[in-house]
Amino acid sequence: MTTALRRYPVLVALCLAALFMVLPFLIVAVNAFKSPAEYSQHGPLSLPGGFYVDGLKDFWQRVDYSQKLLNSVLISGCVAVLAAVLSILNAYAIGIGRIKGRTWVLAFFVLANVLPQEALVYPLYYLSKQVGLYDTRLSVIIVFTVIQSAFGTYLLSSVLGQFPREIIEAARIDGANRWQVLWRIVVPVSRPTIGVLLVFFFIWTWNEFLLPLVMLISNDNQTVSVALGVLQGQRLMDATMTNAAALLGVLPALVFFLVFQRTLTRGIAVGAVK
Amino acid sequence: MTVTVERGARAVGRQPHTGPRRPRTSYALFLLPGVLTFLVVVVVPFLMNTGVSFTEWSGVGSPKWSGLANYRELMDDGEFWASFRHSLFMVVAMAVVPTVVGLVLAAALFDYIGKHFGTKTAAVLRACFYLPQVLPIAVAGIVWSWILAPDNGALNALLKAIGLGSWQQDWLGDPDIALYSVMGVMVWVQIGFPLVVFMAGLQRVDPQLYEAAELDGAGWWRRFWHITLPQIRPEISVVLTWCTIAALKVFGAVYVLTKGGPGGATDVPSYFSFTTFFEKTQVGYGAAISTVLTVIILLLSLVGLRLQTRAEDAEEGVRA
Repeated sequence: MTTALRRYPVLVALCLAALFMVLPFLIVAVNAFKSPAEYSQHGPLSLPGGFYVDGLKDFWQRVDYSQKLLNSVLISGCVAVLAAVLSILNAYAIGIGRIKGRTWVLAFFVLANVLPQEALVYPLYYLSKQVGLYDTRLSVIIVFTVIQSAFGTYLLSSVLGQFPREIIEAARIDGANRWQVLWRIVVPVSRPTIGVLLVFFFIWTWNEFLLPLVMLISNDNQTVSVALGVLQGQRLMDATMTNAAALLGVLPALVFFLVFQRTLTRGIAVGAVK
Repeated sequence: MTVTVERGARAVGRQPHTGPRRPRTSYALFLLPGVLTFLVVVVVPFLMNTGVSFTEWSGVGSPKWSGLANYRELMDDGEFWASFRHSLFMVVAMAVVPTVVGLVLAAALFDYIGKHFGTKTAAVLRACFYLPQVLPIAVAGIVWSWILAPDNGALNALLKAIGLGSWQQDWLGDPDIALYSVMGVMVWVQIGFPLVVFMAGLQRVDPQLYEAAELDGAGWWRRFWHITLPQIRPEISVVLTWCTIAALKVFGAVYVLTKGGPGGATDVPSYFSFTTFFEKTQVGYGAAISTVLTVIILLLSLVGLRLQTRAEDAEEGVRA
């Protein structure tokens, strides 16, 4: 068979392409452990001679990375949970309640989902200053809870639209009210989808750049993305520092990826086809 | 499949409707928190932004009504047109190329690797391609701006090491090259998304179609063209729509890699509006830029939604 002959070249080609995709990560990992002297002498392609961690430590202290991580975890975690709750409430009314005008409400959420943040950023900046929320983590949490819930509402509504009605009717006959039906039946049964939403909201919020960049100016409130992006934008970092920054920025993403890989790939497929 | 189940369930659910009715909280009440926060965070700011685009305002004091002056100025603004022209390049890098390459990669992973080397191998390879998608764009920017650095960047060092020293470039600093460098980074960032969606789509294609085609002597490319492509058309239109919208919104990558430079060579509408808002503090003008961007994106999404529903209808027609 001709296909059998072609199998291995295809495998090799795909492996090479995959290697190209992860190569930048490898290069960063190799160079983050070189001393500045070693780097300037041997360049970026040599293997590190020792295990130089002072650059990483130095960078960690200079940007107060613990604080940045804490801010990112706090903001992303709050947004994930709150946005999931908001999505569930919306989707309950649209998908199961089938309220009047639900198509319009849903269309509204879908359009909001594609709205560029540039069209919201200045008024949000201005309004948050007016109400005293400018440069607080709370402001970013509120804004992203609402923005992320637009996608959650869209996805969960179509999932809940196919929820088996017998279960709800049975609970109703047993005397459960709508609030109890939601939390004791609909939410537990939809746990897989809600899990996907939580993971997505967390990672998306972690990666957000424009709005946090505008809203969080003081060092104590900045997220990892903003702190690293601003540092890079100032063009003040030398090669070793850039590498430390890159490695420390890559690591959390890598951890999420390894932990949530299955949820992520499954979730994207669900989200795209729905 | 699921549709029939749902219909059956709904028909059953309608019947027991005779018992005494208790007062119920209306379902609309559940929508209240969502709609209220939405008004405050999205609708009101959006309307404000649109309103401000018809004024002259520096962010302090009260805006001065200027009608369509900002939009008229935009029409003659070379920077504005350049930023949208660069957006088209971003669409190529983030929607067209990833979709085409993603299709071929997904089909190859599914057909060759998944079937002959096990789904595990296919999953590992897929993970490698998807990895850049979970990286914050700011971090991806740091990684690449260091790799593409002119003096001791990894790419130039690599070119020198393999004897192509004359190919070394100031990848992000040369106005003729910078845009293509940014495009290359965006392809790397984006490719995982179409790949994952297409691989999921391929799983629902009936294998009998391929077997029949293979018996008829159709080669891989013909099967790809006549079976794979038509079968996953809904996924293709979704991916193209989403990626095009994402390409028009590109901000973080440009901010971190080039700051729109050198000399505006990589400026894009979102970055242009950002600098107009916060550096030049011409808020009215910035609002006009972002309003134009919004209108274009909304139109595109409507077209995308139409394409998607039409593709799904066509697919259902085939199945029926």
